[in-house]
Amino acid sequence: MTKTAEQQQRAATTRRNWALSAPALLVLALFASGPLLIVLVYSFLRPGSYSGVEWEFSTEAWQGIFLTRDIFDGTLGWADAHLSIFWRSVKLSLTTTILTFAFGFPTAWFIATRPARARAFWLFLITIPFWTNLLIRTFAINEVIRNEGLMNTVLIKLGVIAEPIRVIYTDTAVLIGMTYVYLPLMVLPLFAAIDRFDMKLLEAGYDLYASRWQVLRRVVLPIVKPGIVAGSILVFVPSLGAYVTPRVLGGGKNMMIGNFIELQFGQGRNWPLGSALAMLLLLIVMVALLVYVRAATKGAPQGGH
Amino acid sequence: MAKRSARPFSVTDLPGFATIAIMAFVALYVPILTLVAYSFNGATSVAVWGGFSLQWYVAAWDNTVVQAAAMRSLGIAACASVLATTVATMAALGTTRTAPFRGQTAIYVAINQPLMVPEIVTAVALLIFFAAIKVATGYTGLAYLVMAHTAFCIPFAYLPIRARLEGMDLSLETAAADLYASRWRTFRYVTLPLLAPGIAAGAMLAFVISLDDVVITEFVKSAGQDTLPTYMLGQMRRAITPETNAISTALLALTVLLLTAFFLLTRKRD
Repeated sequence: MTKTAEQQQRAATTRRNWALSAPALLVLALFASGPLLIVLVYSFLRPGSYSGVEWEFSTEAWQGIFLTRDIFDGTLGWADAHLSIFWRSVKLSLTTTILTFAFGFPTAWFIATRPARARAFWLFLITIPFWTNLLIRTFAINEVIRNEGLMNTVLIKLGVIAEPIRVIYTDTAVLIGMTYVYLPLMVLPLFAAIDRFDMKLLEAGYDLYASRWQVLRRVVLPIVKPGIVAGSILVFVPSLGAYVTPRVLGGGKNMMIGNFIELQFGQGRNWPLGSALAMLLLLIVMVALLVYVRAATKGAPQGGH
Repeated sequence: MAKRSARPFSVTDLPGFATIAIMAFVALYVPILTLVAYSFNGATSVAVWGGFSLQWYVAAWDNTVVQAAAMRSLGIAACASVLATTVATMAALGTTRTAPFRGQTAIYVAINQPLMVPEIVTAVALLIFFAAIKVATGYTGLAYLVMAHTAFCIPFAYLPIRARLEGMDLSLETAAADLYASRWRTFRYVTLPLLAPGIAAGAMLAFVISLDDVVITEFVKSAGQDTLPTYMLGQMRRAITPETNAISTALLALTVLLLTAFFLLTRKRD
């Protein structure tokens, strides 16, 4: 079969485009995607006696996430310690997502309804924390909530409390910290969605005698839904894999999945269990992303009303 | 005459929203400003205010461990952002302004993959991978950190470059080709100068992202390879010192500076 000039041209374009992309793909394959496969393999091996792995197939690590063998009679039972860490991570991440939405939606609405010049200013104010080092922002919130921090100092000076409120190194501290550090991640996609929202629809709603609440719930929220889903994913995914914030504000005891994974590669010396946990975390994140893609593609025609 | 309310009814105002928004902005900035203020604290204790002083900046500046960590941070960020920007520019040229080709979506997904995988998972993966290479080759230098940073910086460098390219139409390049410019000369004298702001923006973003990284660096680094963020995280295990606040404030200032430059580079000219 002879190729037409057009087909040859197309084949040349494809070759050129792949060649141009190849260096980036190579770096990513070697230092980002490829190693994930090694983790998958490791999750099906046995832990080595000191660290590392024994090259022997086993599903022990995956079982070990949920089940534990009793050291006295050898019966299997639920691994309560692991499950409570999982439950805490999911609970804290969901609560963080809800809290950032509760603060983020009014904030995004406020920014989107300012006049153009003021809007750029408010948006810049959100962007600075967005790009500021997560560690620095965690230190910053630590300065406020620690026992001798700003919050307690001010409250004691004002005579509201006599003893400092001990919130640091609790789940509440981790929750406050995550809400603080991830708030900009919620505001920006919400802003993008509200910015595209046609404000004339509000007038139409009011003309039809809808209350403000009805307009918000029946008109605004359905239309900006893709932004809500995007913001929620952007907050939920890093919250679930959070490592720095629970480590600094949770103080070692209040672990989340991320810290628990690290433990398996440090003191725990159970690389296969750590690998299985990492893969499980990745799986949950992938499911969340699929939900997002489906919701975003379904929501897209709605936005065009 | 009927008395009118001072403010006309505005359809876009929702009750309480402005109040919550202002509260959110205050909540976002009070901790950061507290951190900055404490870095200028003259007292040795973090609990009391001892007047304005630069002593913690001097202490951080004179600390040889901090100096080494800062140099390492900047060096890694410089290498990683140059490498990431170079490959990202090529990839952007290959994936924009072209007829749809086989595998285009796959390339797009692969490039953005670091944005989708939780950092802790990548960190663990690289820890295992590099541990094996370290055993096999005996090399324990900084190249591991540079390559790890390069990989996760690629999407951040790629996105602004791609955005810039998509806004450039092909007519100038076509004109150059019509005037018998070779492909290379067209790229060198037409495409590259037009693309330069996008490349600069991408490089800056990659630099900031590399400079800020904690999790992957913490897992990949060998002994004695602390960067500024991992050094600060290590300090947190002990008591918080105002010195950490001073380093944080310096990093914060650098980030704001680079971001302002980024915005000036990418803003749309009216």
